[in-house]
Amino acid sequence: MKYDLSVTLSGVELSNPVIPASGTFGFGQEFARLYDLDILGSFCLKGTTREPRYGNPLPRIAECDAGLLNAVGLQNPGADEVLSHELPEVAKIYHKPVIANISGFSVEEFAETAAKFDRAEQVGILEINISCPNVHAGGMAFGVDPENAAAVTKAVKAVTAKPVYMKLSPNAGDIVAVARACEDAGADGLSLINTLLGMRIDVARRRPLLANTTGGLSGPAVFPVAVRMVYQVAHAVKIPVIGMGGVDSARDVIEMMMAGASAVEVGAANLVDPWACPKIIRALPREMELLGIERLRDIVGIA
Amino acid sequence: MKQGLYTCTANRALTHDTYEMKLAGDTSAIVRPGQFVNIRIEGLYLRRPISVCDWDGGSLTLIYKVVGEGTAALARAQAGARFDLLTGLGNGYSTEGSREPLLVGGGVGVPPLYGLCRAFRKRGIVPKVFLGFRSAEDVFYRDEFAALGCEPEIALGSEFVTDRIAAKAPVYDAYFACGPEPMLRAVWKSLRRPGQLSFESRMGCGFGACVGCTCRTITGNKRICTDGPVLTADELIWNREENA
Repeated sequence: MKYDLSVTLSGVELSNPVIPASGTFGFGQEFARLYDLDILGSFCLKGTTREPRYGNPLPRIAECDAGLLNAVGLQNPGADEVLSHELPEVAKIYHKPVIANISGFSVEEFAETAAKFDRAEQVGILEINISCPNVHAGGMAFGVDPENAAAVTKAVKAVTAKPVYMKLSPNAGDIVAVARACEDAGADGLSLINTLLGMRIDVARRRPLLANTTGGLSGPAVFPVAVRMVYQVAHAVKIPVIGMGGVDSARDVIEMMMAGASAVEVGAANLVDPWACPKIIRALPREMELLGIERLRDIVGIA
Repeated sequence: MKQGLYTCTANRALTHDTYEMKLAGDTSAIVRPGQFVNIRIEGLYLRRPISVCDWDGGSLTLIYKVVGEGTAALARAQAGARFDLLTGLGNGYSTEGSREPLLVGGGVGVPPLYGLCRAFRKRGIVPKVFLGFRSAEDVFYRDEFAALGCEPEIALGSEFVTDRIAAKAPVYDAYFACGPEPMLRAVWKSLRRPGQLSFESRMGCGFGACVGCTCRTITGNKRICTDGPVLTADELIWNREENA
């Protein structure tokens, strides 16, 4: 039996649905030393802003049961450097379309950065991060409010011909309302979920563990929340959804797709096991056999 | 970097809170003293970064202080326990160019200096070793350094290791330090020769992907896990967080 792992996102063909998530994979260089990245369905670049950013003060990582909090705060070299330096390096190690992940602090900034990436040949999809919980101005503020989310969507759609996927926050009061607003504003697809806002306290020091006080929770701890939100959103919109949040195994990929995801991003798992994505991809045919699935695309939203 | 399963062959208390674990397995990814491993511990999500004290063809030694859940679990491990490690992480110390090295360690920062000391001894160089501990009960590896022909000068309690260095005025051409950040800063302030200082950080991955441990330096942003943990004295910015 030949198992068909291929999926399509707004006309972009992926040989399989597994995509390393933004912020857990850098620009791919660390992983290209470990395995041939061409096994990946695609990969998502480190979140990029118009200007270079250092991010938040240290410590910006904290352990949790079945996951971690991060408050990196969008450290990145800035759009111009990513386009002039990182992307040419990516082209040497990966030979399929990538997903650029864009953040900003105003509607204009989102549009300006998206316009820069519109010219990048290897970028197949723009993932617009309106859901970073670790920056104080902008970031998640765009993703928790339907009107703001629609404004960013419209502005980005106006400057690019590439498919635009809005990355949604689980911290929104009503993520379905935000999803619908993005769809109505012309989004080609949706990515969800970003991290859940959380906090830890160093009880010996009686102080927040993270210098930023709060951070975003990811890892297996958030998987059931992600499945629920992907399910709700995918059933409420007609555009494709990329599902993510605590995916750790081939079985998780299948569960996320059954919830309604057309493709799946793998995040925190890359940090704990740098070979997580190739292991998941290689395990998929066996899981499909066990579950009686011939074509992965057939199970999208089947639950 | 390599990933593999390692078998604990010995795990003993060196002091009331500091342990030495020996692990058998593939050490081919470890190329310099001062590198670290990232060890997966049953029941915990993130791996724990621990500096390599020493290694040979098929085994490595880790020394760790029990500071939390992860290290407490490690301390309970018996010979025969298996651990999933990422090895060969970080840049490590460069021994090139120093003929009269000064090694300065504090507490749980002492272990990588032992491997560094051995690396110098293999080249026929005898480092001067200054170590600081909280109290006499906290001292470990004095005999091991002495066995390399490098009897350490030891500062205890309120005497800082930098006080001891000032008192003994050793001749040196470069220094190599590892320890708590206040000690590193004091060392950096008082020693004038070229220095290499090893830093700790909470890490998400340990191999450069998450940028959770990035600090600012004069030469730009550096990830403690991959661009460090060893940084040179002339590139350091203290109060790195205030500058953020």
